[in-house]
Amino acid sequence: MQHVAVNPWVALAYLIAGVCFILALRGLSSPTTSQRGNRFGMIGMAIAVVTTLVTHIPTITVLVEGYDYAALFSAIDSVAVVEILAAIGIGAVIGITTARRIAMTAMPQLVAAFHSLVGLAAVLVAAAAYLNPVAFGIAVPVLTPEGAFALINPVSRIEMGLGVAIGAITFSGSVIAFLKLNGNMGGAPILLPARHVINLGVLAAILALVAYFTIDQSPWVFWTITALSFAIGFLLIVPIGGADMPVVVSMLNSYSGWAAAAMGFTLHNSAMIITGALVGSSGAILSYIMCRAMNRSFVSVIAGGFGAEAAAGGAGAAKTDRPWKRGSAEDAAFLMSQAEQVIIVPGYGMAVAQAQHVLREMADKLKEHGVRVKYAIHPVAGRMPGHMNVLLAEANVPYDEVFELEDINSEFAQTDVAFVIGANDVTNPAAKTDKTSPIYGMPVLDVEKAKTVLFVKRSMGGVGYAGVDNDVFYRDNTMMLLADAKKMVEDIVKALD
Amino acid sequence: MDFIAILSIFVLACFVGYYVVWSVTPALHTPLMAVTNAISSVIIVGALIASAAAGSVGGKWLGLVAVVLASINIFGGFAVTQRMLAMYKKKERPAATGGHK
Repeated sequence: MQHVAVNPWVALAYLIAGVCFILALRGLSSPTTSQRGNRFGMIGMAIAVVTTLVTHIPTITVLVEGYDYAALFSAIDSVAVVEILAAIGIGAVIGITTARRIAMTAMPQLVAAFHSLVGLAAVLVAAAAYLNPVAFGIAVPVLTPEGAFALINPVSRIEMGLGVAIGAITFSGSVIAFLKLNGNMGGAPILLPARHVINLGVLAAILALVAYFTIDQSPWVFWTITALSFAIGFLLIVPIGGADMPVVVSMLNSYSGWAAAAMGFTLHNSAMIITGALVGSSGAILSYIMCRAMNRSFVSVIAGGFGAEAAAGGAGAAKTDRPWKRGSAEDAAFLMSQAEQVIIVPGYGMAVAQAQHVLREMADKLKEHGVRVKYAIHPVAGRMPGHMNVLLAEANVPYDEVFELEDINSEFAQTDVAFVIGANDVTNPAAKTDKTSPIYGMPVLDVEKAKTVLFVKRSMGGVGYAGVDNDVFYRDNTMMLLADAKKMVEDIVKALD
Repeated sequence: MDFIAILSIFVLACFVGYYVVWSVTPALHTPLMAVTNAISSVIIVGALIASAAAGSVGGKWLGLVAVVLASINIFGGFAVTQRMLAMYKKKERPAATGGHK
């Protein structure tokens, strides 16, 4: 049987595909080069797919009978070719239709759904490799008195076992993440008793079975690994609350990469290994950035249960009898039109209210008044890394007016108006001063240092994700604009005319 | 390729990944996730091998289903990334002050 990487040209083609994927990520270092990067990604994928198709043309053996001879010939199995192309076509139609229709606010769910597909595909490929190891070049045929069977290389068994395990965890974990992000399942963490013991036990069992798989390639070992891994993916994500979903989505992103890498080891395919390493690192780094932005340790996120504790603490923390100032749209319009610089701090609430487009109009009006407008984005402002930037870009906000926390935080002190819309916890000064606060230590935007803070909020009652009161509401330089975010900004736009 | 050669590629690629991903601007982290999603579907290579192989009907059908799933991801992932990236625009005035990244 032909080995996958025997032909040096084939190996070279996969290597080029791998390099294209590196360039695809490299392009994302700046919006100006990003589209070219994405095209590199497409080229790399095309190279990998075409190379595989050309080197693995399905064949059937046909018996040709002449007058005086009969011979076996190998011929292209055109039915199989059509089936494969049809499978790609079906995927293309579903994929492109989904990508065109999806709302930008629903991007986190879409990414979670896509992760689950990668995970399931990895499981299916590993299962196919287990059922037909000779085709993957990872087994030697052995003749025994009972008959012939394919003996899978022990190293390949470890790779296959890990591949199917990571793939299955990615699949079931992503399905739960999707259901939570999409609102089909409550965001509140579901806590099973003794869940840490159960989870560690299942993980240990999976690892033990992968080790045992090297000495016994019986079907029960393989399928038990698969079943336990589906279960652990489910058990790991169910106790994690909605607020921690950005970390979870990034983590599953990482897992989908490691699953691809494990299958790359099995197939000796450099494109898959390089991609797996890239995607694995990418997800891991994004999880780290998200954890740091929320001042949470990765272990505590994985252990789960955050939302539940915070909700319980939030009920007692509400203290609404402190004095605060209420402003009108006209007041806001006047203050901002007189300002030299306005910094807009958007949060996910802005996206929920669909206020991003009218917010851009407001910014345009202010610029006509000669006001400098900037946007300040906290790393966890959306539902996934960089989500708020996409939502602003969709509303045609130029990306060079949008700044990250560390780049703009020092500017609030020289800013006339900070306009907070749909954000709350990420502006809470308690994170800097109050050691007892659940968000203590989280990096926050220093909005209170601006001359005036305009805080758009639906009502005074509600609190943010973390369930803590925000001191900014009651400061002398704060004016609360209590209304629906979109309605309020529309009124400000009218008042600016 | 022997195991050590493959492991070398993997380890070096992890380092490349580490540095390349840190250089991605935070503004593009959502497109980064979408595109990594698309490229991790390079697992389609394994699916194609399984569906083209003779010898196991079960393996072939598992492979074909995997081809469909991975294709959804590849086409969907690249298309949605393209859609997002096309939205990122600079300030309209020619002498953009920018200065950021």
